[in-house]
Amino acid sequence: MPVLTYREAIRAALTEELTRDENVVLMGEEVAQFHGAYKVSEGLLEKFGPDRIVDTPISEAGFIGMGVGASMLGIRPVMELMFWSFSSVAFDQILNNAANVRYMSGGLINCPIVIRGPANGGTNVGATHSHTPENVLANHPGVKVIVPSTARDAKGLLKAAIRDNDPCFFLENTLLYGEKGEVPETEEVIPLGVADVKREGTDLTIVTYGRCVLHSLAAAEILEKEHDISVEVVDLRTIRPLDIDTVLASVKKTHRVLIVEEQKPFASVGSQLAYMIQREAFDELDGPIHRLATIDAPAIYSPPVEIEQLPNPQRVLKAALAAVA
Amino acid sequence: MSKKAVPIADQKDEAKVACTGKSSTAPINAKLSKEEKIELHRKMVRIRRFEERSLRAYQAKKIGGFLHLYIGQEAVAVGCCSLMGSDDHIITAYRDHGHAMAVGMDTKALMAEVYGKITGCSKGKGGSMHYFAPSLNYWGGHGIVGGQIPLGTGLAYALKYKKLKGAAMAFMGDGAVNQGAVHEAYNLAALWNLPVIFVIENNGYSMGTSQERSSAGPGLAQRAEAYGMNWGTCFGHDVYEVRATMDKFLTLAREKHQPAVVEIDTYRYRGHSVADPDKTYRTREEIEEYRRTKDPIQLFQQALLDEGVLNDAIIEQIDSEAKAEAELAADFAEASPFPTPDDIQKDVYWETDNPDKRTSKGRLFFD
Ligand SMILES: Cc1ncc(C[n+]2csc(CCOP(=O)(O)OP(=O)(O)O)c2C)c(N)n1
Ligand SMILES: [Mg+2]
Repeated sequence: MPVLTYREAIRAALTEELTRDENVVLMGEEVAQFHGAYKVSEGLLEKFGPDRIVDTPISEAGFIGMGVGASMLGIRPVMELMFWSFSSVAFDQILNNAANVRYMSGGLINCPIVIRGPANGGTNVGATHSHTPENVLANHPGVKVIVPSTARDAKGLLKAAIRDNDPCFFLENTLLYGEKGEVPETEEVIPLGVADVKREGTDLTIVTYGRCVLHSLAAAEILEKEHDISVEVVDLRTIRPLDIDTVLASVKKTHRVLIVEEQKPFASVGSQLAYMIQREAFDELDGPIHRLATIDAPAIYSPPVEIEQLPNPQRVLKAALAAVA
Repeated sequence: MSKKAVPIADQKDEAKVACTGKSSTAPINAKLSKEEKIELHRKMVRIRRFEERSLRAYQAKKIGGFLHLYIGQEAVAVGCCSLMGSDDHIITAYRDHGHAMAVGMDTKALMAEVYGKITGCSKGKGGSMHYFAPSLNYWGGHGIVGGQIPLGTGLAYALKYKKLKGAAMAFMGDGAVNQGAVHEAYNLAALWNLPVIFVIENNGYSMGTSQERSSAGPGLAQRAEAYGMNWGTCFGHDVYEVRATMDKFLTLAREKHQPAVVEIDTYRYRGHSVADPDKTYRTREEIEEYRRTKDPIQLFQQALLDEGVLNDAIIEQIDSEAKAEAELAADFAEASPFPTPDDIQKDVYWETDNPDKRTSKGRLFFD
């Protein structure tokens, strides 16, 4: 299988979908001439031209709202946010308009928009640029939220999101753009809402998504080698729809759960998961559900300390040992 | 009273419109047939009677939440929407009943919607502020002040992208012009030459705040100059003038992809919403003066009487039919069932409403 970076995989998904459907357009700050703030869209302007690869002014409420309006008339805009942190200035457009318009119209209007861009900490850009809003977004019925961890998933899930008739929010990660992984040569559309067991195990289930999948896999290696603990790592891939069945199946196998997330703990994705697991698999649990999240404060700048604020392999290791103790 | 915009003398291009109040001979009006003129009048009367009937329903506690009446502003929606061709689209704010009727939505479905009934245009899920009819190119009905303006710009973007020769009209109130999203939309429309007309329905007040207490600068539409956009103002109590003004801007939008801001002077007779006691921010005399001298229905009726298009018998007939229609709509709404709790989670996702076409897996709803 060819090996691509996460960045190249996203670009490949965009290229294929732009080729397949002329209603797909890519818009955002610096996506065209500059080739994207993270070079995700490199070469797309040259390939598809300025009508389909569109540089926008720094005007998130304006251009995201415009994309929502265009999607109501059948365009399939893929809107790039330079950081998901900047979605706050377009919040009204995203959550009042994209999320609500189908409902408020009694099902008459669809909004097939994709909004994508990175949502992560760990790059020392401080509290304004490090938000992980997947829980906030997923709190709104009507939307779909996707957080891929690998190149293959990023490509297959983005293709599914672009073809989806509901608004899809796709949260990437600047620290994953350079990560390499195998991506099949033949076209692969990965359905939303299917979790992926990234590592099988018998003693502990780690439920996670996004870059924390990598941390969890690294910790699982150490747990196996140094502690003889067998860890199963379940990558949710999609937050909403949520594949709770795969999570529960794993819990039934291991009877112990650790949730790992790059989220502030209060009302996080993990909070929702913990509720659902205890509600639906209470008798399967041999102990309380554990959780490892970002340390509850705005994102710190200080580079060595930010590593400690976020989940990392060492923190996952410690939390896993506590969960099986 | 509010300060109204005056078009500046040196405004250069062909979009400049004189507000003479004598637009009946403008080409777009001169070509109207007798029947079409009567239809304009009938639409305004139907809107007013519908609104009066919905006010009574509200007072009888049949309607929840807010109810923002369009009474006094009828010539704006009717004039603008009468110009719509098959590729023209509109979007507006929460004072949306007049526009909905102007594009031809069924009053039964409109009344049922405010009654919260399943037979409503949004199945009782939107309410008074959130009417929609995409099949009539009517995209709402939006409750967040100014939030619909980027969407209207997106409709125009889609028209241009699909190479259709239509335009979008994005309506807002005089209070909405100070929202950032509106200015972002202005910039995008001007930057990309999108066929959108931003229509400011200037009724002088945003809730209880007059224009001079909320908006800096000489006029609201004139802000378009900052973006190099065409702009104009118009005496919105005269449906002929609304049509004459909007026709010029719509033609520029459709043919040359020139966006514009058009400020249409109008007035609302009722409070901001029916919950507004309307006692603190304007005088009775001011309202009476408008009713007496600038009522859009009276002005147009007089014009059509003078032209020999209307006579007392037709006027009487139109009015009694409009009242009967509103009554029928209320009866229909009353007799219709409410949605059930089972309906709450329908119309959220396209996928769950089309289960046989669903491609995603996993849970979409939670408890
Ligand atoms: C973002 C936002 N802020 C405040 C409100 C509450 N609100 C609803 S209507 C309104 C006044 C708007 O006035 P205007 O734009 O002139 O429209 P009009 O009511 O005169 O038609 C206000 C403050 C709102 N709906 N949305
Ligand atoms: Mg107003």
